[in-house]
Amino acid sequence: MHVKAQVGMVMNLDKCIGCHTCSVTCKQVWTNRHGAEYIWFNNVETKPGVGYPKRWEDQEEWQGGWELDRKGRLRLKAGGRLKKLLQIFWNPDLPEIDDYYEPWTYDYEKLTTAPLSEHDPVARPKSQLTGKDMSIKWGPNWDDDLAGAPEHALRDPDLEGLGEQVKLEYEQAFMFYLPRICEHCLNPSCVASCPSGAMYKREEDGIVLVDQEKCRGWRFCVSGCPYKKVYFNHNTGKAEKCTLCYPRIEAGQPTICSETCVGRLRYLGLVLYDADRVEEAASTPDEKDLLDAQLGVFLDPEDPEVRAQASRDGIPDDWIEAARRSPVHALALRYRVALPLHPEFRTLPMVWYVPPLSPVANAFEHAEPGDPDDVFPAIDALRIPVDYLANLLSAGDAEVIRGVLKRLAAMRSYMRRKEVGRRPDAGLAEAAGMEPADVEAMYRLLAIAKYEDRYVIPQAHTELAGRLMEQQGTCGLDFEGGPGNCGAVPASEPATNESFMLTDMAEGRMPAEAAANDEPDDQPLRLNIVEMLERGSRAAPEAEA
Amino acid sequence: MLRRGVPAIRVAGCLVTTVFDLMLAQYGVEREGLPGDWPAGYDDPEQPYTPAWQEEITSVDARLAIRIAREFARNAEQTNGRSMICMGAGTNHWYHSDQTYRTFLSLLVLCGCEGVNGGGWAHYVGQEKVRPFTGWQSLAFALDWTRPPRQQAATPFWYMASDQWRYEGFSAEELASPLGRGLFTGRQFADCNALAARLGWMPSFPSFDRNPLDLTDEAKRAGVPAAEHVVRELREGRLHFAAEDPDAPENFPRVLTVWRANVLGSSGKGHEYILKHLLGTTESAQSADETPPELRPAEVVWRDEAPEGKLDLLTTIDFRMTGNCLFSDVVLPAATWYEKYDLSSTDMHPFVHAFSQAIPPPWEAKTDWGAFQRIGASFSRLAAKHLGVRRDLIAAPLLHDTPDEIAQPYGEVRDWKAGECEPVPGRTMPKLIEVERDYGAVAEKMAALGPLLEEQGNAVKGASWKPVEEVDYLRRKNGVVRGGAGDGQPSLELAEQACEAILALSGTTNGRIAVEGFRSLEKRVGLPLADLAEPRAGDRITFQDTQTQPRTVLTSPEWSGIEAHGRRYAPFTINVERLKPWHTLSGRQHFYLDHAWIQELGDGLPTFHPPLHYRRHFGEQGLREEGRLEVTLRYLTPHSKWSIHSEYQDNLHMLTLFRGGPVIWMSREDAERIGVRDNDWIEAYNRNGVIACRAVVTHRVPEGTCLMYHAKDRHVNVPRTELNDKRGGTNNSLTRIVMKPSHFIGGYAQLCFGFNYYGPTGSQRDEVTVIRKRSQEVVY
Repeated sequence: MHVKAQVGMVMNLDKCIGCHTCSVTCKQVWTNRHGAEYIWFNNVETKPGVGYPKRWEDQEEWQGGWELDRKGRLRLKAGGRLKKLLQIFWNPDLPEIDDYYEPWTYDYEKLTTAPLSEHDPVARPKSQLTGKDMSIKWGPNWDDDLAGAPEHALRDPDLEGLGEQVKLEYEQAFMFYLPRICEHCLNPSCVASCPSGAMYKREEDGIVLVDQEKCRGWRFCVSGCPYKKVYFNHNTGKAEKCTLCYPRIEAGQPTICSETCVGRLRYLGLVLYDADRVEEAASTPDEKDLLDAQLGVFLDPEDPEVRAQASRDGIPDDWIEAARRSPVHALALRYRVALPLHPEFRTLPMVWYVPPLSPVANAFEHAEPGDPDDVFPAIDALRIPVDYLANLLSAGDAEVIRGVLKRLAAMRSYMRRKEVGRRPDAGLAEAAGMEPADVEAMYRLLAIAKYEDRYVIPQAHTELAGRLMEQQGTCGLDFEGGPGNCGAVPASEPATNESFMLTDMAEGRMPAEAAANDEPDDQPLRLNIVEMLERGSRAAPEAEA
Repeated sequence: MLRRGVPAIRVAGCLVTTVFDLMLAQYGVEREGLPGDWPAGYDDPEQPYTPAWQEEITSVDARLAIRIAREFARNAEQTNGRSMICMGAGTNHWYHSDQTYRTFLSLLVLCGCEGVNGGGWAHYVGQEKVRPFTGWQSLAFALDWTRPPRQQAATPFWYMASDQWRYEGFSAEELASPLGRGLFTGRQFADCNALAARLGWMPSFPSFDRNPLDLTDEAKRAGVPAAEHVVRELREGRLHFAAEDPDAPENFPRVLTVWRANVLGSSGKGHEYILKHLLGTTESAQSADETPPELRPAEVVWRDEAPEGKLDLLTTIDFRMTGNCLFSDVVLPAATWYEKYDLSSTDMHPFVHAFSQAIPPPWEAKTDWGAFQRIGASFSRLAAKHLGVRRDLIAAPLLHDTPDEIAQPYGEVRDWKAGECEPVPGRTMPKLIEVERDYGAVAEKMAALGPLLEEQGNAVKGASWKPVEEVDYLRRKNGVVRGGAGDGQPSLELAEQACEAILALSGTTNGRIAVEGFRSLEKRVGLPLADLAEPRAGDRITFQDTQTQPRTVLTSPEWSGIEAHGRRYAPFTINVERLKPWHTLSGRQHFYLDHAWIQELGDGLPTFHPPLHYRRHFGEQGLREEGRLEVTLRYLTPHSKWSIHSEYQDNLHMLTLFRGGPVIWMSREDAERIGVRDNDWIEAYNRNGVIACRAVVTHRVPEGTCLMYHAKDRHVNVPRTELNDKRGGTNNSLTRIVMKPSHFIGGYAQLCFGFNYYGPTGSQRDEVTVIRKRSQEVVY
């Protein structure tokens, strides 16, 4: 057993109102920069919908995440190192600009500078890539609230296999919001995909980061991440991703997206896990067993043996205590109402979701409705089809979803009876496999949801930072073009659509040539492939000629 | 007309029944032995108020309506009234929303939900609940210096100022009940407004067709009190109410200052009428026909040529270049929320918040308080010379929560001008009150808390007190003004000091005031109430407190909720739990209203009325050009999740997060009908104006309806229209205010005017629009 600590997040989808405050505050803090216009570390998707980038969930198209080979061994879906090397100048699995959107701005200054004219002045959209007038055809949240759904929503990969269950008609309409950040996976395929060793998972808290000094802009992390949460900055030529606001986390504060969440649906806390069992869990043969496999990797911080081993493995005492009080541990493991997003990607994601309850559809069509407080029979009549949630959160296993919805419904019923002065019904809790005390504790966490219960984040131990630094690459906010760089790297010329994604590669130029030349390659244990690849890049023009 | 029997007995020769029985008869609840024409059952679509009848209007399945009704009532029964109707703007902009509101309330009253925490009507409308109301009111209306304030009801102001009243397709008569007495015969809505001004029902400004400063001078010369002079001039026909001739050059507005608003970018209903008549810009796309001669006002003067470009000066204070700014003569840059000190409170939470300055206002931007002080200083400098000290005359309306409520008994409408009664100020017409104006001292007065609070006290909703201790406290806290009009008074020079004064003078933020207010109410209602505030009698929330952390407000007579011991605000809990009378004629909750105009409309009881039939009133709106597919849809402008009233989501992040410009949402069926795909450019038009925007096609909007969210300004990504080659319009380009006569009512019981309480709503939601696809090549 090798105990590690991971900061995880749970989002309670029942509470998301789709305000996108998380997206805006995140953007404002992290990606409000040239080259990062289209980068949304946090975004919110309306489901059903195609998401951002389009159809990111379809790994047959994008080849992100992991799969098992014929012998049952875990391998990157996009292929191993050799395949990468062969495709290093043309990665076939990269999303293109149209899969994201062409970022734009407006000539706002016209509103203050326009001379007297017949028509009142107007700010027009201008491409942020070319600087030219543009016609807006897609955006990072195009299908908000089912906008354009008749044209696009049926392409939602989660609708596969639902057939006649879903009709895009007014009376049958259903929707919910899915806020997304980087999953900070236990088994991150982006890290495994990086030929430069620039991506790493932090030793102390599992946050996945890109070392901007080391990144060569190969973008295999972009294609390797099945959640499409690593982005390519077309100004710096480097990969960027959600940092889980680690400077805040280190100070014991919630991420910006959590802090500013209007619906108060986010939870942050530690999970202790056994690093020795990650690969085994990710290699679980049946996709439907991946949830239990991942839960099996998590360790019980109440277990004295776990605590002792954690201590031996260098986890500070207050972190172990924080793990005991972790809302993430409670929602995922104790109450089993939180589920991982697309566990079948085998990355063992660490941002989990409480699926939403929804109104009962066509209630009046049931012969005798009976007691409207009797919620269990209604689980399969909810507006959001159970199978849809299963495709999203349980590798298609509808029973898992039913179990969770049942626990949530039981909680509501139990508490309602108590609130309206009827006798609390322990049977309700038992029917959902819970103790009444657990139901009340879960109610406190989900419904009352006080700030201090939602965010249990131990501060970083600065006295241990030196040791950690030796183990990891440096990482800060002062990378070229980064928010802490104070504009040291001037914005480059407007890019063209082509250069945005692929042309640099096709021409055989290094996207981050400058960085490569003065690379302070003094870190131990980096992949040799880096040098191989650099040689490859220099040879490429001749090869093409 | 339906005839139905109700149980009745004869008392002293009169037939007597209950309001409840009458209401059930209205709703079609048949009971054994009652004669008349009753619905066959819930599934009878022919008779009003059955579930099947409503289905044809609302498209909500009758079975669903029944089920929701039953569950709502069942829940109320199980929880002692904790069934709630939670509404934002909701029905508010429909023509008959007053009646819809009354049906909500009736449903809740019948289920025992009003005045219950967790039940009742939770009416959430943004920032409109100013928790520290009394202090705010004192400063906002300068009640510390001069009383009464001069106010004006906004809806009729815009309706008249933008000449929307000249484009009516029907009149008040259309709405009269067949059982009515003919009170609306020949009466246009503008006539209703003129009558309301004349009878003192609502504030109306400008009040007369002569400068009130001149009226007082004339009175002085004649040696009579100003009120007497005005009555005589009116009676002899030499003086008129301005509302009787709104287009006369001496009566229409010349100067408009817009602050914290975006009238011309989002909120101004009848936008294109405002552009045409108030501003006179050629950009107006309004094409409506004027009221046909037979429907024109009986009394209000109709001028053959409607004025265009009434305004001489339009000034806007804003921190964004909004549509309103684009049309303004002068734009003053304003500080944003993070660059000034201010207070905030809403009905969504029980706290009072501070705005604090994170950075100073950049460039030339000024804080609101600072901007108005500068304007005040310049004005005072000029006014001291040109205006000096004068006597002004206020025509003040008959007020709610005062003895004015019995000024016009039984809600009978008697018009002194028609000789139906004598013109008596404060009884049959507005109160006529003389006040002194020292125009040279305006800025000095703004910068000091005036003496009237100590001398005359403060009053709100029937409670009153003298905040002597508070004013003294403010002298110590804010410092004292030395010299000038405010000599010896607490300083209000800084915005922070103004915030301090508001907090000190309000019961919600000062326990002593709350207790005093309740004590005065105890005397009026004969019940103990002060104990509601006593536990926090010593609490005083200072501005610094609110800067440290938002503070929970106190239970106060300014509001009707009990907020203590962990309880949150729920309206009327004081009335229900402490038996404090409701502020109505009978002191109880009313189903029945007996004002003559309400009776005339057939609105005596709370009954739902369907939307107006605009096609009948205004004709088909389409151009029906050969080969152009069009569809006519109901046009709604609900509140958007990302913008409201003054602010379009015009910053880059928010526009990037949804489609980059204004859109109209429409159903797949309607879009298919006119060959429109998602994100196609479309044009929406009717007689009021034209919008050019993109379509959002979705199954989330029902067939027959389209919606453009509120506050879609015209300054970002709005091309010129194909229809008239003008800049496409805002969400309000397709709307026009239509008023309901009963909203003008005043001078009687709870229907008296109160600030932000009772008055005409600017209904526009019964509107229809035509939509068609346009060329996908757009020109800006």
